[in-house]
This record gives sequence, structure tokens and C-alpha cells, in this order.
Amino acid sequence: MGRALINVPPKARKGQVIDIKALVSHPMETGYRTGPDGALVPRDIINRFLVTWNGQEIFSADLFPAIAANPYFAFTTIAQESGTITFRWFDDKGNAQVETAAIVVE
Amino acid sequence: MRRLVAIAGVALGLAAGLQASRGDERRSGATFMSPQTQALQADDAANPGMLSVADGQAQWSTPAGPNGTACTACHGDARDTMRGVAARYPAIDAVSGKAVDLMGRINLCRTRNMGAPALPAEGAELLGLAAYVGFQSRGLRIAPPTGAAMDAVRDAGRALYTRRQGQLDFSCAACHDDNWGRRLAAAPIPQAHPTGYPLYRLEWQATGSLQRRFRNCMTGVRAEPWPYGSDEAIALEAFLMDRARGMAVETPAVRP
Repeated sequence: MGRALINVPPKARKGQVIDIKALVSHPMETGYRTGPDGALVPRDIINRFLVTWNGQEIFSADLFPAIAANPYFAFTTIAQESGTITFRWFDDKGNAQVETAAIVVE
Repeated sequence: MRRLVAIAGVALGLAAGLQASRGDERRSGATFMSPQTQALQADDAANPGMLSVADGQAQWSTPAGPNGTACTACHGDARDTMRGVAARYPAIDAVSGKAVDLMGRINLCRTRNMGAPALPAEGAELLGLAAYVGFQSRGLRIAPPTGAAMDAVRDAGRALYTRRQGQLDFSCAACHDDNWGRRLAAAPIPQAHPTGYPLYRLEWQATGSLQRRFRNCMTGVRAEPWPYGSDEAIALEAFLMDRARGMAVETPAVRP
């Protein structure tokens, strides 16, 4: 897969609501379009996005063909403990892109 | 990557730069967009054009060609050396005496100095490098070079801008000078200031160059689109950049 831009605050207070943003590059080919040869271009989309904080799931989403290229997610969560937030995108080709961000909770 | 996110955290006084000075009727295409699309451009964490900038940043230090040199070998840190460069293109290439745009310049650097093959037009690699170089000029004023050679190119561009063409018999000026602010079907007609290229167009679902935009417009009026890198496209770009002189660079912009 391509490139991802993650936005996580480096520090937060315990119990604070924080904003997390994640943008990933992906063609999100729907499987409904035809190529120059008239044949259908095989579907290739990210079908699942999963975010874990120290191994525990905090956000996940199933994606479908109507979602545009380079999907962007923004969500909030409550800061509980210092550690690593791991972002995983899984696509139809079986590839997974993994990005991590460290956060300190005081 | 990390550094880019750090840059992304810094809010930019973009809105102030979009409008030219008082009494000046010129407006960036961004001011014609919906508030939602404007917000997408203003937030570096959400702007999908930043993916191309990140691509270009990675390529900047990736060796290419037989000598294994990267852009960094001559140009060092782009954040210092490329500041303001994109605001000055197209410019005259001293060797050939012809005008080149920023992407042409990048390819000349590759073929002449690095011995590497030219990158394909409108490919992700070339767009990424152009976006990364353009990003270093964001917020700076467009300042095209002066001189007789550039004036000749700009005059050719002005002639192309006002020339009627295509089966619908439209010139660029017929929409972008005479009817800006009105609508072509549902789409607002902007003033055609190339302030944010390469930019991310939601319609394309990708980053694209000004030349791709030209080809879109020309197909729209049913004229024969110019090939990428053609003299006509560079002349028109030179004219438009001069027309937008003093406006702020927005690269990477977002447009609908």
C-alpha cells in the first residue's frame, strides 16, 4: 500500500477527549469501472480499518466500494494510558498497512 | 513522515493569502469552493494533497541514476533550498533557451545531472516531487521572472488564452475573464489563477498538474488537448502565473 498521514497529539491528560486523524493513500478501485480494454477493473478497496491502543481496539470501520480514493478518518477517544496507537488498513489484495504513533498520558 | 505531521500541526494563515490586496478583483479558486472543501484544504491532516507531498519528500532523498545521486546531493534540505522556487516557474532554461515549467525542470535535472530517465508526465513520482517543491513556497507570493525571453513566452500564452478554439468556439477568456463568478451548469467559474498546483481534485480522486487541468478544459470545449510538456501548455502557464503575480501559493490545493 501507499503512504499514510497520522495525526495524534503527542501528550494528553488522563480522561481527556483527544482527536485522532488518519489519511491513507489507496486507489479504492470499485470493481465497477471498465479499463481501456473494455474489461472490468478488478475491485481493490480497503475493506477494514482498525485502530488499537496498546492492543485494545478503540476504533474500527468496514469500508465499501462507494468510499472515495485516499480514505480519511477522524474520530475522538478518551486518553487512558501512555503507549502506542496502532493503525491498520486491510485491502482486497490481502495487503495490510500498519502505522504507529506514540502518546504520553499524564 | 513525523516531520511532515509536525508541519501539519502549524496552522497557516491561508485564508488571508487567498484574497489579493484591496481594490484587486483577483480571487483564488479556493474562494469559490464550498466551506467544506475549503476546510479540507486548510487542514494538513485532512488535505489529501499532502499524501503527494509526503511522496515527494521521500523521493527527494531517494538515489536515482547510475551515480546513485539524490536531489539532496546538490540541493540539500528542500525546506531551505526550494523555498520560493515554485513561485518563480515557468522560467527560461539557460542551456536550451526555452521556457520550462517546474516538472520540466525536475526532469531536466534528472536527465542532465543525475543521468536518470525522465519521470513520466502525470505520474505519481513527478507529481509528488513537484508537490513537495511547491509546498516549500506555500504562503509566498507568486513572482514570475522578468526579461525579454519570458515576455515573449507570456505573449504567446496571452494569445492562446484569448484565442477561440474547439467545436464550441470558446477561448479561456470567454469563461474565466468574462464570466467568472457565474456558473457553468452547477460548477462555479473561477478566475483561473494557477495558485495551488499540483493540486488534489476531488473529481480526479488524485493529485494532478495544471496541464491536466488545461486538457480537461480543452476537452470540455471540444478542442484537441495539448500533449503534456508542449510549448503551448508552458506558454499558457507562464501567462497565467504572471496574471496571478503577487497572489499566494497554496500548493497542495484542493479543488472540487
